[in-house]
Amino acid sequence: MKVLVPVKRVVDFNVKIRVKPDNSGVDLANVKMAINPFDEISVEAAVRLKEAGQATEVVAVSIGPAKAEETLRSALAMGADRAILIETDDTVEPLAVAKILKCVADTEKPGLIIVGKQAIDDDSNQTGQMLAALLGWAQATFASKIELGDQKAAVTREVDGGLQTIEVKLPAVVTTDLRLNEPRYASLPNIMKAKKKPIEKRIAADLGVATAPRLKVLKTEEPATRKAGIKVTSVGELIEKLRSEAGVL
Amino acid sequence: MAILLLAEHDNRTLSDQTARALTAAREIGSEIHVLVAGKDANAAAGEAAKLAGVSKVLLADSDALANNLAEPLAALIVSIAGGYDTIIAAATASAKNVMPRVAALLDVAQVSEIIAVVSPDTFKRPIYAGNAIQTVQTTDAKKVITVRAAAFQPSDAGGSVAIEAVQAAADPGLSSFVKDAISSSDRPELTSAKIVISGGRALGSSEKFKEVILPVAEKLGAAVGASRAAVDAGYAPNDWQVGQTGKVVAPQLYIACGISGAIQHLAGMKDSKFIVAINKDADAPIFQVADYGLVADLFDVLPEFEKAL
Ligand SMILES: Cc1cc2nc3c(=O)[nH]c(=O)nc-3n(C[C@H](O)[C@H](O)[C@H](O)COP(=O)(O)OP(=O)(O)OC[C@H]3O[C@@H](n4cnc5c(N)ncnc54)[C@H](O)[C@@H]3O)c2cc1C
Ligand SMILES: Nc1ncnc2c1ncn2[C@@H]1O[C@H](COP(=O)(O)O)[C@@H](O)[C@H]1O
Repeated sequence: MKVLVPVKRVVDFNVKIRVKPDNSGVDLANVKMAINPFDEISVEAAVRLKEAGQATEVVAVSIGPAKAEETLRSALAMGADRAILIETDDTVEPLAVAKILKCVADTEKPGLIIVGKQAIDDDSNQTGQMLAALLGWAQATFASKIELGDQKAAVTREVDGGLQTIEVKLPAVVTTDLRLNEPRYASLPNIMKAKKKPIEKRIAADLGVATAPRLKVLKTEEPATRKAGIKVTSVGELIEKLRSEAGVL
Repeated sequence: MAILLLAEHDNRTLSDQTARALTAAREIGSEIHVLVAGKDANAAAGEAAKLAGVSKVLLADSDALANNLAEPLAALIVSIAGGYDTIIAAATASAKNVMPRVAALLDVAQVSEIIAVVSPDTFKRPIYAGNAIQTVQTTDAKKVITVRAAAFQPSDAGGSVAIEAVQAAADPGLSSFVKDAISSSDRPELTSAKIVISGGRALGSSEKFKEVILPVAEKLGAAVGASRAAVDAGYAPNDWQVGQTGKVVAPQLYIACGISGAIQHLAGMKDSKFIVAINKDADAPIFQVADYGLVADLFDVLPEFEKAL
């Protein structure tokens, strides 16, 4: 069974981004970029399935600028077999990403697509669910455990009250949560090897998918800032402030 | 046209998050139908029928809807979507699961986790873990929206409207429910509690977490939260995680104990009214958002705090 893993190039999670002074967006000039952390977890999950003999091939796919090749190389260094880059310099919303991924899935015919739960830049948490809908497949979101069976998978999901286990028919879309695994660090030899692995490149516009944004971004602002308050020196002082100043006890 | 609000419930009680999403819906339009989809969820539907501003409650009852499986629930919503121009829900795990599926089936974008309604088609939403706030306008004829419940006050009870049965759509049969491991506790729900006390990596074990955090929570009637580090290490269950990828809370009082204050954690609690930080590192970033900071060892001060309450 082939596993398809979409990976997004995003601002590194350690970077504190800045909003442009004219409120036209977020300043991404010279900011450190990285593979979306949830997608790293997806790649790890797919590579483990291959190592366990349950998957035959792991294909990473990214939609984005030419530089997303770096993101795909990180996936290849972790153990993906090959990659597909769908190039575009436009902003592609989750619905359009899902439509492009459907195109890729139609030709690649994977048995499982492992998508990140959420991209840490747009924080949309939509793409995997949309892709499952477009394909007419089952979805198992926010996975903390995946057990493959015959033509089906049991997936434990992180939900509001705890955990839920469901069984999905394959092919299916699974989205990954933080507790699914701890992604490996790519070793130097694997990073070197990844340089030789194939990346197929296609231009998004050639796929015939309508990707025009449906949302107009009118402005991007700084959030209201909180100022640091005071330091108290004892538990007694803390309780006194909470009672008389804040009135919350 | 009317607004369809998807209710969050456990077949028995209606979540307070629905009353909060209702407040957002009322800022968008006035004809609001609440959809209660489940199995034997009459009691939850009854609660929805009492909320002020609701015009009608739709109750869909079927085995396939008992466990919030995405495919049958999405099929149901899509089957009645023709009568609505806005479909909205609180951004709970269940709604985050189903609403994008609905949006894709309707070929429209979803606006995730709005924190303000600017006009019926324009909303504010946080991006980059809340480090920027975007104002977006939808161009789709139908709008699919999830609401960050912590950003809206719950609508009060006040009405009493009719409950109408709707037919569940055919179950696509793609997935099935196996089991739930849902934690039950007498403490208030994290997302609606007035006070939240959270523990971080510093707690060191689930035993210590219980020993030091829970007694204070009991005394305060507080909900308990945790950082990702504490959850990953197994000190606290996953549904306690507060942050960018966990729950977003905005209580009257948030007490962060042994939590450094990473942006991903702040994303889930920095809109709390008052923030207390207890940390032994005076330079921990959590102090930059805390109203009251106490530089101390939490194992010393929390038992003292509990006794003094
Ligand atoms: C994609 C992604 C998503 C994430 N989502 C979330 C999220 O939703 N929520 C979240 O919380 N994190 C999230 N994180 C993780 C986040 O970046 C931090 O790693 C995490 O919040 C750190 O948890 P912590 O503060 O408990 O641990 P640490 O950063 O290790 O801090 C422990 C703190 O405890 C203090 N301390 C130690 N001993 C004591 C003592 N005895 N008494 C008092 N203080 C003491 C230390 O001084 C330190 O400040 C995410 C990360 C990524 C990459
Ligand atoms: N441009 C993209 N290229 C590849 N995968 C993407 C892209 N955008 C989103 N995804 C996938 O969809 C997941 C969720 O993204 P989102 O719905 O934007 O929060 C990510 O973790 C990725 O797995």
